[in-house]
Amino acid sequence: MDRTTTEWNLSLNMRATLVALVLLVVGLGLWEGLNQVPSGGNTAEMTEYEKLMGGVEDTARVPPPSDVIERAWQELSNPFYDAGPNDKGIGIQLGYSLYRVLTGYLLAAAVAIPVGFLIGMSPLMYRALNPFIQVLKPISPLAWMPLALFIIRDSEASAIFVIFICSIWPMLINTAFGVAGVREDWVNVARTHELSPLKTAFKVILPAAAPTILTGMRISIGIAWLVIVAAEMLVGGTGIGYYVWNEWNNLDLTSVIFSILMIGVVGMLLDMCLATVSRLVTYEE
Amino acid sequence: MSQHFVQVQQASKRFPQGRGQDDLTVFENVNFNLEKGEFVCIIGHSGCGKSTILNALAGLDQFTDGGLIMEGHEVTGPGLERGVVFQNYSLLPWLTALENVKFGVRARWKEWPPAQVDEHSRDYLSMVGLDDVIDRKPSQLSGGMRQRVSIARTFATKPKLLLLDEPFGALDALTRGVIQDELIKIWGRDRQTVFMITHDVDEAILLADRILLMTNGPEARIAEAVEIDLPRPRSRAEVVKHPHYYRIRNYLIDFLVNRSSTLRTADIDGRGLSYPQSINPARADADSPTPDEGDPANHKLVNFTPKETHHG
Repeated sequence: MDRTTTEWNLSLNMRATLVALVLLVVGLGLWEGLNQVPSGGNTAEMTEYEKLMGGVEDTARVPPPSDVIERAWQELSNPFYDAGPNDKGIGIQLGYSLYRVLTGYLLAAAVAIPVGFLIGMSPLMYRALNPFIQVLKPISPLAWMPLALFIIRDSEASAIFVIFICSIWPMLINTAFGVAGVREDWVNVARTHELSPLKTAFKVILPAAAPTILTGMRISIGIAWLVIVAAEMLVGGTGIGYYVWNEWNNLDLTSVIFSILMIGVVGMLLDMCLATVSRLVTYEE
Repeated sequence: MSQHFVQVQQASKRFPQGRGQDDLTVFENVNFNLEKGEFVCIIGHSGCGKSTILNALAGLDQFTDGGLIMEGHEVTGPGLERGVVFQNYSLLPWLTALENVKFGVRARWKEWPPAQVDEHSRDYLSMVGLDDVIDRKPSQLSGGMRQRVSIARTFATKPKLLLLDEPFGALDALTRGVIQDELIKIWGRDRQTVFMITHDVDEAILLADRILLMTNGPEARIAEAVEIDLPRPRSRAEVVKHPHYYRIRNYLIDFLVNRSSTLRTADIDGRGLSYPQSINPARADADSPTPDEGDPANHKLVNFTPKETHHG
């Protein structure tokens, strides 16, 4: 081990970056190389079908990375254009999705954290609500969609409801778990200092449970971002999920791949935001 | 009789056992008073219920039976007039040392402006020698420093009764000595009433006016109250040179090693609602002999380190 570090004299981070770059180049190279359109110079050898189809290919080819990069450049250089219902910039579509995710997510947090507090503090409420949670939690959020559409009668609000219902459970359960697990000693400190129940909740229990609550919030935002794509494919109209489906209907695979990558990047950014908040409230015992 | 600062009468703690079995009695018939300004230590083996008594005084636990009166009022819950220093420090880990002390000060004097809270808190932290590390989180402090912060947090709220639950139990001997001196210093300022659990006989002699001795649990009792009349102010270096020091120390160790397990609860209960017998080992030769046959204080010096008094 010593030899490696002295010979290479590079930090682990730098070596990891190097390996990642190599993997990226090799991966993109294979993708590019294996998807080249064979040179169909000899039209005489073409079958009738091939002539009809205008080429030698009998199978659709995945667009090579060079095409995707070119498309990404086009889209990202003008992300907010709006040329009618079926032709909006990627920025606008992502904006719609983010708006739905954040609205549903924040509503869920506004419900889940107080209710989680209640469940965590009160063994009675824990036992009373636990069966409901256990039944409702495993329901796929998309299964709620028909009911939501029927009751709410608005596709936009239904999508937000689906986000709400899928992000509520991890936050609820983690909050209850975190609150119930606050060390007795810290609660005793609050008691010996005659803190009111409200002050105890905000000054002792909330900071003590915050790392666990944030973990739940981080899981939730991940799930919400997963679910919004599917929800928007169903609901249609706007959003990144609709965009993917629309480009599929247009048989524009380059745009599909590009939007898949964008979904990944935005999901990562959302997670990084919550990871940063999580670091702020984490404490060492 | 109601002039005592704190009165504990006929206190007991029982835990219900399985069906058909008698309750487990940890201690019963516990009676004692604390006078204002008195420093009282309580010594006994693990399991005799010392911590339960302290927690009951703090209002965090309840006696199964018995009364607990402080300044003429029954104690029913925790309160700011009683400050607790916990054995495991119980600092809030997301706050810095200074913020931990301010937490207590702010709770005590809600009307104080922030500047006054800050100044008062810094004042107490500097009294325990922590000027340089006030902005560190507890995880960045050593065990001794954490306990100092905890002591500063409790003393800064100026409670009338201080409850120390074996505050130096987790510290090494050198650190313990330094903080004992700091405790004497900070206590000397306001002379609050202190009730402290300890396993360390030397610590008890150094700090206490009276030492309550408990017999072993279950069914433990407070058997005796040993008066320590060594002159104050005391210091670790000077107190051991006092002619009475080893006589007291041997008496205490004899109690812990021999008599705490053999004392019959019946002998103690025979006196009905009674307070533990006051004993002054230093004057024992002149006054009445101790209930035990022979005077244990006259035994040869025994080389017991405090650690050997830890049991179970």
